[in-house]
Amino acid sequence: MKLGRGARIALSAFGVLVLAFVYVPLGVVAINSFNSDKTFGWPPPGFTTQWWQAAFEAQGPRDALLVSIKAGLGATAIALVLGTLLALALSRYDFFGKHSISILVVLPIALPGIVTGIALQSVIQNILSPVFGISAGLFTIIVGHATFCIVIVFNNVTARLRRLGGSLEQASADLGARPWTTFRRVTFPLLRSSLIAGALLAFGLSFDEIVVTTFTAGPDSQTLPIWIFNNLFRPNQAPVVNVVAVVLVVLSIFPVWLAQRLGGTDATESRL
Amino acid sequence: MTATPPPAIRLDRLRKEFTGTPPVVAVDDVDLDVGQGEFFSMLGPSGSGKTTVLRMIAGFEEPTAGRIELDGEDVTRRQPYDRDVNTVFQDYALFPHMTVADNVEYGLLVKKVSRAERRTRVAEALEQVRLGDHGARRPSQLSGGQRQRVALARALVNRPRVLLLDEPLGALDLKLREQMQVELKAIQRDVGITFLFVTHDQEEALTLSDRIAVFNAGRIEQVGTAREVYESPRTAFVAGFVGTSNLLTGEAARTVVRRDGSFAIRPEKLVVTPVDGTAGAAAPGRPTATGVLEEVVYGGPTTRFVVQLDAGARLTALEQNSGSGSAGAALRRGDRVRLDWDPEHVIDVPETTSK
Repeated sequence: MKLGRGARIALSAFGVLVLAFVYVPLGVVAINSFNSDKTFGWPPPGFTTQWWQAAFEAQGPRDALLVSIKAGLGATAIALVLGTLLALALSRYDFFGKHSISILVVLPIALPGIVTGIALQSVIQNILSPVFGISAGLFTIIVGHATFCIVIVFNNVTARLRRLGGSLEQASADLGARPWTTFRRVTFPLLRSSLIAGALLAFGLSFDEIVVTTFTAGPDSQTLPIWIFNNLFRPNQAPVVNVVAVVLVVLSIFPVWLAQRLGGTDATESRL
Repeated sequence: MTATPPPAIRLDRLRKEFTGTPPVVAVDDVDLDVGQGEFFSMLGPSGSGKTTVLRMIAGFEEPTAGRIELDGEDVTRRQPYDRDVNTVFQDYALFPHMTVADNVEYGLLVKKVSRAERRTRVAEALEQVRLGDHGARRPSQLSGGQRQRVALARALVNRPRVLLLDEPLGALDLKLREQMQVELKAIQRDVGITFLFVTHDQEEALTLSDRIAVFNAGRIEQVGTAREVYESPRTAFVAGFVGTSNLLTGEAARTVVRRDGSFAIRPEKLVVTPVDGTAGAAAPGRPTATGVLEEVVYGGPTTRFVVQLDAGARLTALEQNSGSGSAGAALRRGDRVRLDWDPEHVIDVPETTSK
């Protein structure tokens, strides 16, 4: 299809505008993190790295970053194991209620975070805490994040399994391999890149999640986004928040970029 | 009973129904014996149940009822990895993340064959399919015919009792397919393993097989050698599916064959002669029928004539273009012709198979 000159210019302009809407504000945050004016006067009167230094030395964001990383790793680990098992079960075996389960698995990503959050909070308050002695904290954050991280891994692995088809596993069994050997030597190696991509995306999602976390985090376990939210309106902390926000953006972009690259190269590689 | 060895494969009232509304009977109580070292083909249109039978023998599908025996041993409920059969898949199913040599080695590796033996047997198997110097490549770097040969080597290296081949040549182009047919036959003679070959290509089945089972709608219509199946089809379906046949039924059968029933006659058994006064009478004892030539199709080595008989039926005759003297050269559409044939070549074919 060939576009006319006018249409091409209009569409390009529109595209640039949309991207500008997304990325100019991020740029402003980044510039403000070096703005020497404490109230972010515009244009910036001078350049300073003092906010970066302050952020680096502050205990709050550093603790929060650690919690975020722990939560992300925990949720990703759970998602990898459960998501892969679910995908294998639903793509390779037939059993009663299969279709309902596959909907139930994917649903959490569509549920409003606030609903998931409220539901988890009431479970923590009414059951986990009084009965099992598990109160809101890192563990509950991980579980909360895992609810939607599983979906990411599940979707990635399911798509890969569908593309591979079942005949490679049948060929392996035909050649004498028992199910575990088939998984170890055939299924897993062929899933590996989709697992990495799924893990990176899941980590990225967990890392910047705020709604569910608000309801599952305890008083001494703040993730980085929660810390930002709590400190956003404190005049003293505002410049540091900018710095943290920039760090957060950089940390979020990397896994998504890597996941996309892996997904892309792999698609061409595993085609026979 | 004598001490003859049991058949390599024995199917006993093997049945497969797929759930659904209504359930589909893919394989309908099939009985079959395949002898040791036979090249046996299961021939039929798609959906006739031949691939399902193969998959049940391999262990990928569980039979609804019936028994499968390999060398007299009941394997009906065994897992695929507990059966001494190997499969060449239609799409080859080569492991894309392994080299050609690793693919071939796989069966030996999971069966814990020693490293030294693995190496010699993989080299042998690759040599056998003429891919000795392709071991280090990936399947994605091979052509279709080469992948097909790797799939064959990967199965044969395990020296199974039975090799199952699921339309293995279906994805190859004609020239390559003919070449692979010759190679496959040679390899089978060489290794002496029983080959069970699934195909919908009747010519392929006739060329390769010691015996053929013709499948239709989940049942076997006929089992026999290529010659038996072609020359003496037992049902109208077999006559129509294996090669081309002229089917005569009802009124046409009565006038042409002078008997009630359904009959088949192969096109190459019909002799076409122009009716222009110069031709003599047909040899005594040969039935004849006259009609108008509707179509003359020149096809290189042979010419096909479609004749509309005065009696009502339309018959196809096939003649070798063996020289300038052949009748075909002079005949034109619209000419009046006479067909004659040997009554021996008229085959009784019941219209429906006995249920």
